[in-house]
Amino acid sequence: MRHIISVLLENESGALSRVAGLFSARGYNIESLTVAPTQDPTLSRMTIVTSGSDEIIEQITKQLNKLIDVVKLVDLSESAHIERELMMVKVRATNGGREEVKRLADIFRGNIIDVTPTSYVIEVTGEKSKLDAFLQALRDEDLIEVVRSGTTGILRGERGLHV
Amino acid sequence: MELSGAEIVVQCLKDEGVEYIFGYPGGAVLHIYDALFKQDDVKHILVRHEQGATHAADGYARSTGKPGVVLVTSGPGATNAVTGIATAYMDSIPLVVITGQVPLPVIGSDAFQEADIVGITRPCVKHNFLVKDIHKLAETFKKAFYIATTGRPGPVVIDIPKDVTDPNVKIPYEYPRSVSLRSYNPSVKGHPIQIKKAVELMLSARRPMIYSGGGVILGNAADELTTLTRLLDFPITNTLMGLGGYPATDRQFVGMLGMHGTYEANMAMHDCDVLLAVGARFDDRVTGKIAEFCPGAKIIHIDVDPASISKTVKVDIPIVGDVAPVLADMIELIKTSGRTPDAEALKAWWARIGQWRSLDCLRYDRSSDRIKPQFVIEQLWELTRGDAFVASDVGQHQMWAAQYYKFDKPRRWVNSGGLGTMGFGLPAAIGIKLAHPQEEVICITGEASIQMCIQELATALQYRTPVKIVNLNNGYMGMVRQWQEFIYESRYSHSYLETLPDFVKLAEAYGHVGMRIDRPADVRPALEEALKLKDRTVFMDFLTDPTENVYPMVESGKAHHEMRLAPGTAVDRELA
Ligand SMILES: Cc1cc2nc3c(=O)[nH]c(=O)nc-3n(C[C@H](O)[C@H](O)[C@H](O)COP(=O)(O)OP(=O)(O)OC[C@H]3O[C@@H](n4cnc5c(N)ncnc54)[C@H](O)[C@@H]3O)c2cc1C
Ligand SMILES: Cc1ncc(C[n+]2csc(CCOP(=O)(O)OP(=O)(O)O)c2C)c(N)n1
Ligand SMILES: [Mg+2]
Repeated sequence: MRHIISVLLENESGALSRVAGLFSARGYNIESLTVAPTQDPTLSRMTIVTSGSDEIIEQITKQLNKLIDVVKLVDLSESAHIERELMMVKVRATNGGREEVKRLADIFRGNIIDVTPTSYVIEVTGEKSKLDAFLQALRDEDLIEVVRSGTTGILRGERGLHV
Repeated sequence: MELSGAEIVVQCLKDEGVEYIFGYPGGAVLHIYDALFKQDDVKHILVRHEQGATHAADGYARSTGKPGVVLVTSGPGATNAVTGIATAYMDSIPLVVITGQVPLPVIGSDAFQEADIVGITRPCVKHNFLVKDIHKLAETFKKAFYIATTGRPGPVVIDIPKDVTDPNVKIPYEYPRSVSLRSYNPSVKGHPIQIKKAVELMLSARRPMIYSGGGVILGNAADELTTLTRLLDFPITNTLMGLGGYPATDRQFVGMLGMHGTYEANMAMHDCDVLLAVGARFDDRVTGKIAEFCPGAKIIHIDVDPASISKTVKVDIPIVGDVAPVLADMIELIKTSGRTPDAEALKAWWARIGQWRSLDCLRYDRSSDRIKPQFVIEQLWELTRGDAFVASDVGQHQMWAAQYYKFDKPRRWVNSGGLGTMGFGLPAAIGIKLAHPQEEVICITGEASIQMCIQELATALQYRTPVKIVNLNNGYMGMVRQWQEFIYESRYSHSYLETLPDFVKLAEAYGHVGMRIDRPADVRPALEEALKLKDRTVFMDFLTDPTENVYPMVESGKAHHEMRLAPGTAVDRELA
């Protein structure tokens, strides 16, 4: 099962490698990992997308909690939550193809954020599956470059992850 | 008080009440060494290899319960310490290891003797720090000692760049009185509802079993464990790390369990209906084949580290907490309930255990004209009245020590279980002797293991730490040879040590007493003579039977009831 784990950790040098090292040392899967400081500059928030049996996920959360730099964590997948990923796609866009690409971008609520006579950069946000679908819809030969941020997420409702 | 970084380091150690620091100097720590030179409160023990420093500090820690402290230089000094740090990590031993680092401005430039020790040790420490600011030094030491010694203990590394200890930069010093970390709050008390459930289950057991481990030693809970076990009249087994947590000479003790556990302990594990696991981590050397581990049992597990619970074996009643208070709560509950387990069922269970015991699985050939290693340990146990501190190396001799030296008290058995580090024994024994100068300290070793830290014989002379070295010299890496005999059709690939040194001369060259013993009749007199030499380190080289194996043995991947027993042990079909 796929799980999204949100982690608040001390904004210390080395904290990120403790988490990354834990996953590689113990052989846990890691689909994506994103991290950035929070409004409290002493804390970073990390979102890890991983998968495994219930036992493995239980071990992952326990092992994460054991790291001294980890302050708190929540498995978002256990509650109602929202997940988002940002993707930027650079596509070839010439002549007749330009309209077609623009139309597709509109359907996926993407924004064209860079334009040249031969290319567009399209920004799309959404759940992983939506981004995958957008890429599917584009013709492979038009793709120049794809950059994805990895998934981040937040709980629905009033409840939040604080210290 | 205005102090330099180097002086702060030393002052922090004093404020932590550190008695001994085990170390080896080098460029990056010379400011600290200069500060050490100017005081005598913290005594420095100069080892001969940084691995020895970590093991000696570790032996000190295991035998006292206090943290062991190490000081090494950057680069090779620090990397030499890694094996000892990993050894302590695997067995949850509190160490504070101070490593020198190159000066801040050159970090990352491949400077002379630079190694990223924070990166290298990250997977084998409880936590580590790089101190970039002299103002953070005292606070970091406070945190390091706190983290190392609380919850599930473990080693903490403090990496200090040379310029942070500059003698010309002084700042006001005050050691923090207390420390609190928002991200680290180990639980102490167990959850009352869980404890209640556990007690209910224990009282309803018909074939109960207690399996206790290193957590009982680390958590100083031997008294509580003994009280509870006697109160319930349950059988108890210990892991290799848990030996001494319950008196081994007591009737209720059924011996060690696991790969080289006794027949009765492993059979009782296999057949029990309620298992109380106390401060033990279900290691693969203990469980054998997981799918057939205690097949009919409901399991209660007390552990301070939630990650130890249900890691390899799913348990029914987890209790997160410190063993001593949790066991005390259990005792209290049982006493006030006025209830006792079913006496009839327990009687039948003890009868069954008695049958398994009657197999006498630790029997060995006493009429051999070769020295049997088991005999040496038995004699040693008798002559030291079971009261010595025993540090062991790794191999067959370690297993025989665990099986034949019956430990009645905690912290007397000191060995590397989790990492299984050859070379651990001698430096650990030195650390123990420093902590307990009046006690008998023995190092049980093998001719291969002892050579991995043999240089510490010089340390033993310099600091007058008279330990008695019992070298069970079978000429082989015996444990390796045994596996090759059983699993690789006796192809003894590189497990024979063709060119052994003359250990007697070697001991003498280091300024100690050397003895060679090659007849069974000489074993006891030699031990007696060595034990009489109170103020000398004595190296006893016992030439033992090279073909002897450790039994029983649950081979990897097998279940508890599928033990390989010593040749000639007859198992009655009724029994198995
Ligand atoms: C050659 C060789 C052969 C071996 N054969 C065997 C064998 O036959 N049998 C055997 O048992 N072992 C054997 N071992 C050792 C084995 O590898 C493990 O080291 C050992 O079994 C682990 O012991 P433990 O479960 O007691 O855990 P430890 O490593 O001692 O861990 C202690 C546990 O207690 C917890 N804890 C710590 N402090 C507290 C506290 N205050 N309160 C509550 N919980 C606490 C910790 O979180 C941890 O889970 C062998 C090792 C070697 C090298
Ligand atoms: C540093 C290290 N290297 C290798 C091993 C693997 N190993 C385990 S036991 C053993 C043999 C030990 O031989 P010895 O010290 O003579 O003890 P014996 O088994 O003969 O009693 C070896 C090589 C180890 N545990 N540690
Ligand atoms: Mg040997």
